[in-house]
Amino acid sequence: MKTIYILWLRQLKRYIRSKSRIVGSLAQPLLFLLALGYGLGPVFQKAGQGNYIEFLAPGIIGMSIIFTSIFYGLEIIWDRQFGFLKETLVAPVSRFNIMIGRTLGGATVATVQGVIVFFISMLIGFRPVSFVMIPFAVLFMLLVAILFSAIGITIASLLDDMQGFQLIMNFLVMPLFFLSGAIFPLQNVPGVIEKIAMFDPLSYGIDAFRQLLVSISHFGLMTDLVVLAAVTLFFLSLGSYFFSKVQI
Amino acid sequence: MDVIKVENLTKKFDDFAAVDHISFDVAEGEIFAFLGPNGAGKSTTIKMLTTLLAPSEGSIELNGYNPINDSNAVRRSIGIIFQDPSLDDELTAFENMEFHGVLYGIPKKVRRERIKQLMEFVELWDRKNSLVKEFSGGMKRRLEIARGLLHHPKVLFLDEPTLGLDPQTRNHMWSYLQELNKAKRTTVFFTTHYMEEADRVAKRIAIIDHGKIIASGSSAELKAQTKTESLEDAFLALTGKVIREEEGSNLDRMRMFRKARGK
Ligand SMILES: Nc1ncnc2c1ncn2[C@@H]1O[C@H](COP(=O)(O)OP(=O)(O)O)[C@@H](O)[C@H]1O
Ligand SMILES: [Mg+2]
Repeated sequence: MKTIYILWLRQLKRYIRSKSRIVGSLAQPLLFLLALGYGLGPVFQKAGQGNYIEFLAPGIIGMSIIFTSIFYGLEIIWDRQFGFLKETLVAPVSRFNIMIGRTLGGATVATVQGVIVFFISMLIGFRPVSFVMIPFAVLFMLLVAILFSAIGITIASLLDDMQGFQLIMNFLVMPLFFLSGAIFPLQNVPGVIEKIAMFDPLSYGIDAFRQLLVSISHFGLMTDLVVLAAVTLFFLSLGSYFFSKVQI
Repeated sequence: MDVIKVENLTKKFDDFAAVDHISFDVAEGEIFAFLGPNGAGKSTTIKMLTTLLAPSEGSIELNGYNPINDSNAVRRSIGIIFQDPSLDDELTAFENMEFHGVLYGIPKKVRRERIKQLMEFVELWDRKNSLVKEFSGGMKRRLEIARGLLHHPKVLFLDEPTLGLDPQTRNHMWSYLQELNKAKRTTVFFTTHYMEEADRVAKRIAIIDHGKIIASGSSAELKAQTKTESLEDAFLALTGKVIREEEGSNLDRMRMFRKARGK
């Protein structure tokens, strides 16, 4: 327990100390909210879909969570490069606990980012339908963050150096985000896109945020929960398996 | 009793044998020097002994346990000071120590006492709240040493621990280690390029070159065997005078080469 805690604490400290990274990682969601929200809002409204900021904000919260949690999961590659990974791997702590500590650390940071983006979106006009549901939305944010941290760690366990990093950002994270229904409704899209979105776990996360914050849902909250929980368990197991095989 | 038993240990990277069928034993409470030129296979051997790397062949017993099947038992028995940096630059010196102490399950009271004692010992206590990234190379090295000594393991591995340290700190460290060795019967397994250091503290020495152990025994035995006056001369007589490539650049090149071949 204590070892998980100290691993978690380390990632939080690193997060709090990286001021420039925090600012940078909030600039992007803000840009999306402003440009898409105000730029496409009128079109969205005309098409009879209602208020676009309301629709978009949960999607952008999802975006900041997936970016942050995958990034912190991939931090293992940095630790390997700068040598710190050895220090944890040689300690008498099971790899499973190390994996859990790191996952929770990255997930906590990502959830904090998600909550900050939530407040930013309130500043530019987003209004949740009910404040009672906000704690539940935060719990879902944590679940999504755990899921993508675990995916980040799974991938990082298989990579030797940073060269793969850009590849992952471009060919995994970007598509997961853009095809998740974060910025457009899944109701009226061509069948192919809807099919793809169905296999994108982020779709279910964002769907849950929407249900809880603005009462719009495509899959239904129960489906969201079951899918997210199952995929999270799957990647936690896969991640601990690959992480247990890591050699220096 | 032998606390380290190694038989036919081999590590191949593709078809290159970095460690090539080596066998040796280290007795409990012994101070054992593992010497060899750059790229001889010292660090690779230590990585296999400390569960970080799986051997290609051969067997290891460490404190009675197998690093592969019983890695956690082995990890509980050992401590290591790595050749390469292994600190978290974004944490303070104290936080790095604390992190280590918690991972090794040292109770808080003892932990805090020892952290203070060791950080004073390496003269970093007044910098305890500085981020490690603000430290000079020598300060980082001293912190690594203090951290490696924080828990008292049965076997302590030191991979070129004194590289880049001033003579004061070096002497300091060795007297601390010799005391620990006496008081707790801690086995010390170390590598170094300073022959006089090995000569002074090691009870037994093994010399490895090109992945193979080419000689072993006490310093006196090695000198007698090579008919030389000093350990340095004995070492040169055994390993030749050709200068070896710097390990780092060598390693990078190999890795790049492997990548280029698509491995
Ligand atoms: N991960 C690796 N991949 C490929 N070659 C390696 C790797 N690690 C070490 N080597 C090679 O194995 C040899 C032994 O290295 P090492 O054990 O670090 O030597 P040293 O005795 O200087 O500590 C060197 O030639 C080095 O380049
Ligand atoms: Mg070495």
